Amino acid sequence: MERRIIDQQLDLLRDKILLLGGATEAALNRAMESLVERDSQLAQKVLDDDQIIDQMELEIDRMSIEILALQQPAAHDLRFVISVAKITPILERIADHASNIARAALVINTEPQLKNYIEFPMMAQTAAEMLRAALDAFTSEDAQTSREVIKRDKEIDAAYKRVFNELLEMMIADPSLTTGAAHLLFVAKHLERIGDYVTDICELNVYLTEAAFIKHSK
Amino acid sequence: MESKISVKNLDFFYGSNQALYDISLEIPEREVIAFIGPSGCGKSTFLRTLNRMNDTIAIARVDGSVVIDGRNIYAPGTDVVALRRKVGMVFQKSNPFPKSIFENVAYGIRINGIHSNKADLEERVEKALRNAALWDEVKDRLNSSAFGLSGGQQQRLCIARALAVQPEVVLMDEPASALDPIATQKIEELVVELKRDYTIVIVTHNMQQAARVSDRTAFFMLGKLVEFNPTQKMFTNPDEKLTEDYITGRFG
Repeated sequence: MERRIIDQQLDLLRDKILLLGGATEAALNRAMESLVERDSQLAQKVLDDDQIIDQMELEIDRMSIEILALQQPAAHDLRFVISVAKITPILERIADHASNIARAALVINTEPQLKNYIEFPMMAQTAAEMLRAALDAFTSEDAQTSREVIKRDKEIDAAYKRVFNELLEMMIADPSLTTGAAHLLFVAKHLERIGDYVTDICELNVYLTEAAFIKHSK
Repeated sequence: MESKISVKNLDFFYGSNQALYDISLEIPEREVIAFIGPSGCGKSTFLRTLNRMNDTIAIARVDGSVVIDGRNIYAPGTDVVALRRKVGMVFQKSNPFPKSIFENVAYGIRINGIHSNKADLEERVEKALRNAALWDEVKDRLNSSAFGLSGGQQQRLCIARALAVQPEVVLMDEPASALDPIATQKIEELVVELKRDYTIVIVTHNMQQAARVSDRTAFFMLGKLVEFNPTQKMFTNPDEKLTEDYITGRFG
């Protein structure tokens, strides 16, 4: 098989989005650790690093547009560039949610610990596992795994409902806990949204691999 | 799907050399069909089987059938002149006659006796030039030589000449390959426009052109039809790996 000019650029694009994926995963893991371990310094690092992720997003946008304009990719090449261009802002948004969790941690960490964080690390772990699996499935163009990852979103949704009710009861029982509990509610919501975003990435993996649109096809 | 042209099991030989192998495909009415493939793949040869242009080659031989509007054009007794009137052709290199712009378009109308009088002839010439998107550029110099036109205008004049005899199908063999991007764009817009009234088959080496103008694309290689699918599918998710390799430039 002949090596084409476009191959070099597609490889570079692949490297860039995997780096962005790695940075996003790290942001999520650190944000959750900053909350669970009450480590405000780490939370601040997540916030500081977010601009690196923003820059990565811009760089990938520029590269994708350039490849579309100059190489006019078709078939799988085209699906690859389109998938990258659509997955990139999703990763950036996941990183934004990680930043928001870190921001919440900065507040929550100054309040007395409300409860043992059991559900939160579980939700976060599920979200992180889903994200990692989605990125691996993107790299290996594995539509089957992508479909399985999508199913796991239900686990996060269910956990979110439990946490929501629990925090609500807590606030009703003791209004002095409202500040901390409200922030925790947001954290739960961020994790729930991340599950949705990973689902979007997996749908794009299926498009890349099979040229099938499975979004909105329930 | 109502087929305008239905090709079945077509083989084509130049002497003992087989150039096309068992081609079958259905061309719907009023669509643009693009033929793509590497040089020597048989796409132009195949195009020329659709109006028996290969008859002019002494050693050429055809097996199989090409049915247009229900009639096999290779059946004995076929009126080839009438066939070529119905299935017109535009070539890679524009080839206007050494005559005026008007006479180039009027020629086919005259020899076929299509017009009733002078006014009718003029009307038909104007209509053909309008259909070829050339009228506004030449209406004030109809009696000037066709050779004074630019390459792109000459090619549109040839299209007007083909349209003047009221064909139903127009075959185009690389009609824009010698033109600059602006002239090319005009031809492409014209092709899309003409689809309202004509069935168009276009051979092109320019894959983006095939993608831009055609409804369906046929990919040929080594005399075989590898894939024939809606253009949108060919360029986003072709069925055949060979097609994918070709349109993404993976051929060495």
